[in-house]
Amino acid sequence: MPTTSRNLGRHRARWLLLLAVLALLASACGSDDDNGDAGGGNGGETASGCEVGETDGDLALYNWAEYIDPEHLDAFAAEFGISATMTTYESNETMLPTITAGNAGYDVIVPSDYMVGIMIDGGFIQKLDFDAIPNASNLSDDFRNPSYDPTQEYSLPYQWGYTGLAVNTAEVGTDFPRSWDVVFGDFANDYAGKITLLNDPRETLGAALKALGYSLNTTDQDELNQARDLVGAAKGNLLAFNTDSSDELLTSGESVIAHVYSGDAFTQFLETDDPSQYVFFVPEEGGTRWVDNMAIPFDAPHPCTAHTFINWLYDADQGAALSNWNYYGTPNKASIDLLDEELNEFLTSPDVLVGGPDSVESIADTGDFETNYADAFTEAKG
Amino acid sequence: MTALSRRAPAEDGIATPEFEAAHERQKRWRGFLMALPAYAYLLLFFAVPLGIVVVYSFGTRTRFGTTELSGWNLESYEKLGRDLVQQVLFRSIWLALLTTVICLVIAYPFAYYMATRSARVRNLMLVFVMIPFWTNFLVRNYAWYVILGTDGPFSRVAEFLGFGPTRLLFTQSAVVMGLVYGFLPFMILPLYAAIERIDGRLLEASRDLGATGYQSFRRVLLPLSMPGVIAGSILVFIPSLGAYVTPDILGGAKTTLLGSYIVTQFLSARDFPFGAALSTVLMALMLAATIVYFRRGGRTL
Repeated sequence: MPTTSRNLGRHRARWLLLLAVLALLASACGSDDDNGDAGGGNGGETASGCEVGETDGDLALYNWAEYIDPEHLDAFAAEFGISATMTTYESNETMLPTITAGNAGYDVIVPSDYMVGIMIDGGFIQKLDFDAIPNASNLSDDFRNPSYDPTQEYSLPYQWGYTGLAVNTAEVGTDFPRSWDVVFGDFANDYAGKITLLNDPRETLGAALKALGYSLNTTDQDELNQARDLVGAAKGNLLAFNTDSSDELLTSGESVIAHVYSGDAFTQFLETDDPSQYVFFVPEEGGTRWVDNMAIPFDAPHPCTAHTFINWLYDADQGAALSNWNYYGTPNKASIDLLDEELNEFLTSPDVLVGGPDSVESIADTGDFETNYADAFTEAKG
Repeated sequence: MTALSRRAPAEDGIATPEFEAAHERQKRWRGFLMALPAYAYLLLFFAVPLGIVVVYSFGTRTRFGTTELSGWNLESYEKLGRDLVQQVLFRSIWLALLTTVICLVIAYPFAYYMATRSARVRNLMLVFVMIPFWTNFLVRNYAWYVILGTDGPFSRVAEFLGFGPTRLLFTQSAVVMGLVYGFLPFMILPLYAAIERIDGRLLEASRDLGATGYQSFRRVLLPLSMPGVIAGSILVFIPSLGAYVTPDILGGAKTTLLGSYIVTQFLSARDFPFGAALSTVLMALMLAATIVYFRRGGRTL
C-alpha cells in the first residue's frame, strides 16, 4: 500500500516535469513560428476596399506616452460606436520588435521618420489606402513625400518638431550668434560647464555635421570623423550629455545653453515664472526636423478602423485638438489657424527656424552605417 | 532525521538495500518537487533569457537593424578586439576596482566595530545598514542628483567652508561616490558576518604573545576574515562593472562605461548581436572571476 502511493507520487512528479518541458517547448516553437512569418513579411499589400468612415472592429493604438489626450481618443470611439484602447512605448526601438514579432494586435502605430524607412524595408507596415483617407489632402506641402517614404504610400505625419538650442537669455543675453558655434565654437568657452548636449548619437553628431556644413544623414566616414572630433572638443565645456532632463536642467539653472527637442523646451518654458527669458532656435546651419508618423502594421487586425482613425485625425478640428493638447507641431495645414496663439507663434516664427525650411533635415536610417554613428559617439565621449 | 526514517520500514520487518535505495530516490523526488516552483521560475526568467542573449550574440545585424539568426557567425565576437571596446572595458574595470577598494577601506573598520558591539547595538546597526534598500535604487540616485547639484547641500557646505560653490554632479567623482554609496552595504554585510564569526580570544592571544596591533590585524584578523573580504569584493565589483544607472545619472554620460556601451548597442545602433556578445563575455568574465575566487580562498564561505 505505501509502495503504490510512493510510485504514484514519483509518476506524478515525472508527469509534471514532462508537462513543464512540453509546455516550454511548445511556447518556444510557437514564438519561432511567429518570427518565421514576420521574417517573410506581409508588407506591401494594401488593405484596400475600406469605405470612408468604415470600421471593422475596435481600435488598438500603439503610441508614445503623453501624445494624445485619452478623452480625445474616447471622442473618436464614441463618434464611431466602437471602443479604443491605447498602449504606449518609450522609444522606436522598443516598438519595432513588438511589431516584427507578429500578432501584436495593434491597428495604428506612430513610428518616427527613420523608423518608417526601416519598417517599409522590413515589410512591417502596409500601404495606406488613400481612397479611405480623403482628409489626407490637408497634409502640408512641407511634409509631402519625405525622404523616408518618398512616394508617401505607407505613412502620414502625426506630429513634428525641431531639435535645436534653448538659451537662458537672463544669463547669456540676447546678443549671441544663432549658430552651432554657441556650443561647438569659442563662444562656448564663456559658458563652460553650463552646456548640455543630447545623449543621442544621431542627434548630437547630426548637430556637429550640420555645424560643419554636411548632411546629418551622411554616410561618409571622413565627415563623420570630423563631427566626432568636434563633439569631442566640445566635451570639455559640457555639463552633461543628457536627453531626459535637459529642459529641466536649463530652467533649474544648472545649465544656460541646452541642446533640446522643441516640444520639450516649449512646454518646459511655459512652466517657469517668466517664459520669455528663454529662447529656442534652430541654428542657421540647420538642424533636425523630426516627424512622427501614423502607419498600419502589416498584420493589423482592423485595417478599416485604422484608416478611419487616420482620416479622422486629419480633420481640421481634430488635428488642432491634438496639437493644442500635446503642444507639438501639426502637419495638418487646415488645423494651423485653429492652434493656440502661443503655439502657432512658436511654430512659425522666423526667429525659431533661423536658416529657413531648407536648412532642416529629418534623420533617415543609414542602414549598416548606423553602427558607425554609435561608435563615433562613444569615441567622442572618450 | 535519517536515522528515524531508516527505522520506519523496519516495522514491516524488511529493510533491504533495494528498499533503502527506493526510499532515497523518493526523498530526492520530494525535494525536487518542493524546489520545482523555484526551478521553473529560474528556468523561465533566467535561463531562457540568458540563452536568448547567447543565441543572439551569434546572429547578424540586418541592414535595417533587426537581427538575422540563421547563418551563425562569430563576427560580433571579433568586434570585441577593437581598441574602442578595449578602452571602454579597461575604464569600467578601473572604476569598478576603485569602487571596490574604497568600499573595502570604509567597510572593514565599520564591520569590525559592529561585530564587537553588544548584540542589541549590533542588530540596530544592521538595520541602519539595510535601510537604504527600502528605497528604490533609481530614486536614491536622483536623491544624489539633488545633493550634488549646484544649489545642493554639498555645494552649500563647501561654500560655507570657503571653497566656493562646488558642483560635483556630472563628474567622475560623483560616479564613484554614487557607486560606493550604492554598493557599500554589499561589502559591510559579508565582512561583518566573517568578523563576527572569529573567536575574539585568538586576537587576545596574539597580543599576549607580543604581537603589535598591526601584526595581530595582519596575521590573525585579516586572514581569518578573508572569506568576507572576498565575498564583499565580488558583490561590489560585479555590479560596479556593469553599472549603468549611476554613471548615466550622476556622471552625465560624459564617459562611456560598459553598461551604457551595451545599452547603446541595443537602443541606438540596434546591433543586438554585438550587444549580446558584449553581455555574454561580461557574464563569462564575471563567472570565471567568481569561480577562481571561490576556489582560491572562499571555501569556508
